[in-house]
Amino acid sequence: MMHRREWVYGWLFLSPALLFLFTFTHYPAVKTVISSFYSTPKGRRPAKFIGSENYQTLIQDDVFWQVLVNNFWFAVGTIPISIGLALLMALWVNSKLKGRTLSRVAFFAPTVLPLIAVANIWMFFYTPGFGLIDQFRSGLFGLPAINLIGNPDTVLAAMIVVAIWKEAGFFMIFYLAALQSIPPVLKEAADVEGASSFYYLRRILLPLLMPTTLFVSINAVINSFRLVDHIFVMTEGGPDNASSLLLYYIYETAFKYWQTGYAATLTVVMLVLLSILAIGQFFLFDRKVHYQ
Amino acid sequence: MSATHFRWPGFDTVLNAFAMWFLAFMWALPLLYAIWTAFHPAAYETNFVWNAPLTLDNFAKAWAAAPFARYFLNTFMLVTMILICQFVLCTLAAFAFARFTFPGRGILFALVLLQLLVMPDILIVENYKTIRSLELVDTILAIGLPYFASGFGIFLLRQTFMSVPRELDDAARVEGTSFLGLLWKVYIPLAKPTYLAYGLVSVSHHWNNFLWPLIITNSVETRPVTVGLSVFAAIDAGLEWSVINAATLMTSGPLLIAFLLFQRQFVQSFMRAGIR
Amino acid sequence: MKPLVKMKNCIASIALTMGVATSAQAVDLEFYFPVAVGGKAADTIQALTDEYVAANPGVNIDAVYSGSYGDTVTKALTASRGGKPPQLSVILSVDMFTLIDEEVIMPFDDLVKTDEDKAWLQSFYPAFMENSQTGGKTYGIPFQRSTPVLYWNKEAFAEVGLDPEKPPASWEETIEMGKKLVKKDADGNTSRWGVRIPSSGFPYWLFQGLSTQNDVVLANSDGNETYFDDPKVAEALQYLVDLSTKHEVMAPGIIEWGATPKAFFEGQTAMMWTSTGNLTNVRENAPFDFGVGLLPGNKRFGAPTGGGNFYIFADSSDEQKVAAFDFVKWISQPAQSAKWTIATGYVAPRPDTWDTAEMKAYTDDFAPALVARDQLEFAVAELSTYENQRVTAAFNDALAAAITGTKSVGDALAEAQKKADAILKDYR
Repeated sequence: MMHRREWVYGWLFLSPALLFLFTFTHYPAVKTVISSFYSTPKGRRPAKFIGSENYQTLIQDDVFWQVLVNNFWFAVGTIPISIGLALLMALWVNSKLKGRTLSRVAFFAPTVLPLIAVANIWMFFYTPGFGLIDQFRSGLFGLPAINLIGNPDTVLAAMIVVAIWKEAGFFMIFYLAALQSIPPVLKEAADVEGASSFYYLRRILLPLLMPTTLFVSINAVINSFRLVDHIFVMTEGGPDNASSLLLYYIYETAFKYWQTGYAATLTVVMLVLLSILAIGQFFLFDRKVHYQ
Repeated sequence: MSATHFRWPGFDTVLNAFAMWFLAFMWALPLLYAIWTAFHPAAYETNFVWNAPLTLDNFAKAWAAAPFARYFLNTFMLVTMILICQFVLCTLAAFAFARFTFPGRGILFALVLLQLLVMPDILIVENYKTIRSLELVDTILAIGLPYFASGFGIFLLRQTFMSVPRELDDAARVEGTSFLGLLWKVYIPLAKPTYLAYGLVSVSHHWNNFLWPLIITNSVETRPVTVGLSVFAAIDAGLEWSVINAATLMTSGPLLIAFLLFQRQFVQSFMRAGIR
Repeated sequence: MKPLVKMKNCIASIALTMGVATSAQAVDLEFYFPVAVGGKAADTIQALTDEYVAANPGVNIDAVYSGSYGDTVTKALTASRGGKPPQLSVILSVDMFTLIDEEVIMPFDDLVKTDEDKAWLQSFYPAFMENSQTGGKTYGIPFQRSTPVLYWNKEAFAEVGLDPEKPPASWEETIEMGKKLVKKDADGNTSRWGVRIPSSGFPYWLFQGLSTQNDVVLANSDGNETYFDDPKVAEALQYLVDLSTKHEVMAPGIIEWGATPKAFFEGQTAMMWTSTGNLTNVRENAPFDFGVGLLPGNKRFGAPTGGGNFYIFADSSDEQKVAAFDFVKWISQPAQSAKWTIATGYVAPRPDTWDTAEMKAYTDDFAPALVARDQLEFAVAELSTYENQRVTAAFNDALAAAITGTKSVGDALAEAQKKADAILKDYR
């Protein structure tokens, strides 16, 4: 009987949260898959079932493939570098180096600034001729103006830099919290054993930080799909879609071109990718993580 | 202070310090630039001389050019509403997962964790349709609704609640405390650092959120500062960087100041919350 | 508050059907307007709206500043799909086909009753009406309209020995003068370019200046056929590309629209093409004497028009439609139109506005404002089709690809035409 009461309470406490979760996460996820088989309603013409037509469009849509490739490079560019930098920042800030408090503020500040707002600042940095980067290049080295965001070869890298700048400090906080909870005894023991600092880092610190790395890397993967705010301000996906990312393309398709059926199809691709990455990450880290 | 002091393999401290300062400077540069332009006349946007005249005109211009006061109010209402709802919903759900055994617990928890990955941010098309069918388009409530139940929040609080000693729980139960009383008197007080850490993440996330509010709002009365700023900066006839940067500082100022004041507590709460 | 509005509307329509005089019943209008230029645009619209409301106690107008043009059309469509459309909105003239296709707007012809109304419909410059009419009906009334013009730095012209009062009048002269105006610094880097034709965001608009000058149109007036692969279009695009690559009078790569006036003020370029909407901005901020002229011609002079029209939304009550119609008529009168033009630099869309005392005083003081009017003689409709956003996106991509050299001019345009054909086939 006691047991029965626990059931009821469990469900009761859970139900409000589940209601919202199902309404705004699970239901729309399922609905997205269904919508991807329907046409886009226009004016008074309702959506009708069109089978795999949206998927055929998808396969033939070279913008989609380009956006997918862009997103791949965006992920490859942002995930490892931002995690690596975050770890480095945390180690620095956690050391006895002079100026570490100020550095911590500097590293973390981008997290609290809206990406949409700082994009305008980065825009100025990248402006050819009189932007900060060019002033620096010509003032110090006499180099010619460089058009970083007006060139398809460099625009994505320019976007990656902004994303890394934005997220590294946030990840640093997680590493910092983890580092501070590692007992100093470990370091002392390592020193007594005569282990080198490098050995300590590789064999003791990194394994201990593994759960944090897993957590941070999941966040980084999600961010590589989610961080698109700066694209709105800086490039609108251009030139010739060279800086467009999947979520930005979904936005354009749904809310600029009003192709909601096709946008659902694109979202399905995103969901599939996220699932694959999640499963992959889980297996990659599974053996190394001791989660309670 | 018993933090682990880490010595670098093969590098010397001075080099490390310089590297850290350099990176910190690079990281601070955009903000420093924003401050520079915001407090100087437009002519000094690209011209850095130490004796450039200071001015507050840019702030006055930005303030006059768009209803930022209203945007602030909207954002403030939005983050407050989301925070309260997240705290309530996530606490109840986390308590259920941590304290009770019931059929379907495992699978339901997996469904909750799924939201860590499939965030509402991605499901803009279908969520938009849902909000429309609820006739809530262009309301502050609509901006917040998809975020009220947070998988991250539930996960975090469950972790914390599970570390609450069972003896405390039992003692309270013996005294005849109800489950809600137990939650209120025992679990929540012990989870304070988690609430602080999670609250800070939530507030900064929703203060800065852009895409969903952009889609779902149409008017000054509902627009949060991020969308207001993008509308303001979208003027096609040439950017006035100094004014835009003044607006940028205004919109992110409260959050930035709060962070500067509480940054130590912020990191410590993360540590105590066991987010690592 | 919104349900209340609904209720009011409901009561109003009941009152109407019962034949009760409705003049005492307040009509509420929601009016979206975008602001695409700096200056006092938003304040001016608000002031004009307030003036109208004060004179017409039966009408309340809630003027909502809805962001850029892109934001506004998105908002208006979003709101319409959500069942809460505005009654009135200023939206880009090129979005007309999209709005028709979505069945959210109505033709003004349905509201035209008197001879006076008919005369009013005829009172605008034809160049502006091209984008406002299709299938013999008028869907848009020109309001915040613009056209691109050439701005030049007179001091730079004088510095290199060119006549500071004579801007280039042809494509050839642009190259010749541009070459003279290019300035290199000690390191051999270009510190000043000859000309700047921005190509970010919506490159098709300024490009349409070039294509028109090359005597070719980009789309038919039914909005269901494009001519992107016409050899004359390719010629115009090749010219644009050559300005950077062959003649080196313009910076390479995509050129930011937003940073263009700043680059002009900073002396980074001696000439720029940008909207008349920038007149006030340039006038206030250029630290040197500047001139404003027609875009240089080739086979002919030419420029697109641009900017926004008034649209009335179909999903409104009859009183709202009548009230909205009356407001549009009022705000387009010469007196109001002159105020608007003087405050923003937009081109007054009716000839008689230019004859008002206020406008005469303004143009006497600031002659460059007349250039825009003079260019209207050569102006054409802005590129506009069904599924306008998708079609122009395909075209923009092609322009960007050619400008950045990732595709040849011919390939890029052929591809854009293919995409446009695929999109528009359902509308033929």
